[in-house]
Amino acid sequence: MAFSGLSLYSQAVLLLAGLIALTSFLMLGQSRLVRLVLVFALQGILLAATTAMVAGALDFPHLYVSAGLSFLLKGILIPVMLHRLIHRLGLHRELDTIRHPARVMMGGAFLMVFSYYVSLPVVAHSPLVTLNAIAVSLAVVLLGMLLMITRRQAVAHVVGFMSIENGLFFAAVVSTYGMPMVVELGVAADVLVAAVVFGVFFFQIRESIDSLDVDRLSKLSETDRT
Amino acid sequence: MIAVYLVLLIPLAGMAVLGLAADTRHAGRINVRCNALALAASIWLAADVLVHGPRLSSGQLLYIDSFNVYLIVLTAFVGLTTSIFSGPYMAHEQETGRVNAGRLRLYHSMYQGFMLAMYLVLTTNNMGVLWVAMEGATLATVLLVSLYRTPESVEAAWKYFILCGVGIALALFGTVLLYFAAEQKLGIGGNALLWTVLHENAGLLEPSIMKLAFVFLLVGYGTKIGLVPLHNWLPDAHSEGPTPMSAILSGLLLNDTLYAVVRCKMLVDGSLGTPIAGYLMMGFGLLSFLVAALFLHRQTDIKRLFSYSSIEHMGLMTFAFGIGSPWATFAALFHMTTHSLTKSAIFVTVGHAAQLAGTQRMDKIRGLILTQPEIGWGLLIGTVAIAGFPPFGVFASEFLVLIATMRDYPWLTPLLLIGIGVAFAGLFRHLHPMVYGDIPEGQNAIPANLLPVMIHLALVLWLGLSIPGFLGNWFSQATQLISGASPL
Repeated sequence: MAFSGLSLYSQAVLLLAGLIALTSFLMLGQSRLVRLVLVFALQGILLAATTAMVAGALDFPHLYVSAGLSFLLKGILIPVMLHRLIHRLGLHRELDTIRHPARVMMGGAFLMVFSYYVSLPVVAHSPLVTLNAIAVSLAVVLLGMLLMITRRQAVAHVVGFMSIENGLFFAAVVSTYGMPMVVELGVAADVLVAAVVFGVFFFQIRESIDSLDVDRLSKLSETDRT
Repeated sequence: MIAVYLVLLIPLAGMAVLGLAADTRHAGRINVRCNALALAASIWLAADVLVHGPRLSSGQLLYIDSFNVYLIVLTAFVGLTTSIFSGPYMAHEQETGRVNAGRLRLYHSMYQGFMLAMYLVLTTNNMGVLWVAMEGATLATVLLVSLYRTPESVEAAWKYFILCGVGIALALFGTVLLYFAAEQKLGIGGNALLWTVLHENAGLLEPSIMKLAFVFLLVGYGTKIGLVPLHNWLPDAHSEGPTPMSAILSGLLLNDTLYAVVRCKMLVDGSLGTPIAGYLMMGFGLLSFLVAALFLHRQTDIKRLFSYSSIEHMGLMTFAFGIGSPWATFAALFHMTTHSLTKSAIFVTVGHAAQLAGTQRMDKIRGLILTQPEIGWGLLIGTVAIAGFPPFGVFASEFLVLIATMRDYPWLTPLLLIGIGVAFAGLFRHLHPMVYGDIPEGQNAIPANLLPVMIHLALVLWLGLSIPGFLGNWFSQATQLISGASPL
């Protein structure tokens, strides 16, 4: 189907999907933690905007609640919290170097293609918008994982983790017009608690290894550790 | 239906009281009382379901049938006996200075929080809420794994948090796909995630999407069951956290996650009409079973040893549920019960043994039976039971799994037999020197409460000698729900 043949709503969803995928790639290549958190906040705001747009365009008022929650939690609260933690732990000047940036980016591109391949069975049963939404959200999930694999800083891991949740929410909003309210609230509560627990952990990790470089958490091994 | 609300409200109240108000000296006792009340409520609920059949709460949020009600009773029972053990155990930890009052408060509050999450997983009718409760269980336990604040425990907790968090995120993606498939047929609305609705309409759901959803659900929840190769967090979390936590993680969390997978499998089977979901579970299960059996040989830490044994048994159950015949399902349900009872008893004894020796290293734990006979015998009998010796219940259930495999996939039985043999050897080569042998210098008996162990092992022995009639009926009702026919 030609892009111009789509409704304005579909075009907007596709654009937002593209932007969200772009933020995931930006995170993948970003080595300064402060900027990483900033891009993450941007992704959260884009997610909230998508939700609000779906709510308005298709008239699902309950989605406004979920848009508000996304905006507050993922656009403001969690990024601000992470930002303050970075400053308190003195990490704002530190560079989290990526060992093979080109390979990581290629890996990301591969994951994107892979996600479209996996979502193929969905094509037959749904419009273009849903297919793109599911493929992009799966890609955001996988890119979040890649981010976690390639980084050594605990803060980057948390950002990856939270961006995985963003991807899932995007799928839920665009392909199914949001999960039932009770589930959305539950997931939001879980995310909030998880963020607080992560904060607690930063201090515990720092206390135990004197940095937040989780590569140095390597005492536990499969066999003997004498 | 009042009972089901009680089952959920008691731990909620317990969490609030223990977290906010309670004096730490009484916290252990309050914890025991909350669990005792929850057990009473769960038995009431079970009687109700046994008389009236499956119950659906108003608003369709909670659904109880014979499959989950037996797990609720089992959860409440193991929760109670473990809390009886945890009171004096944690008091001893406080005396030796490994935890302070604040962390003890966190411990007790989160114990109830974990129980709440487990009951919610079992009672909810909504696949999304099930996911939320499962993530809640991770959040409730993750701070407990790092309770001692040693570098190892912080590392274990971090690994647990990241791996289970990411794993379970995949399960959420599976749930979204499930909702997507259901919504296309059932229309937009809150009902499309209700298990009862989905199960009724499973035939309508789009097979290709359901297949994709199941892969995500299995991998996601499989991380939490500890299926190989996603099991990495499990031995670490079990070995570094406080021992009562290991007992309830092994005895309850793994079971209840497997329960979630079986619920999903029922939907996918209904939609696909082919055994592909079963094959996936059989593959993962068998791999976990064999790999864990081999890893038993290389362990040096007593709690890691038994956590690998948990992976092995969960693998066996996943395998049996994967076969999906009435016999295999019956065997898997039975094995869930016997494993859960035996494994929690073993972790209780292991906790005492480690306190006695002052270490978890197996080459330092010696002469248990001479120092404190009840701990030595408890560990010996527990290990005999978990290794699958007759006349204990684990023997009976493993034997049933073997028979079921022999009927449907005879060429897989040798693999199972080899796995059981290897695991048996792995457990006993470590056990023998720990139980017998000379007493090291300065090892003295400690105050220990082995009542939970004795009750559990007596029950396992009883189950091995004869399955009581009502329990047999119960299992066969559940089998009928899961696989559509009953073996009895």
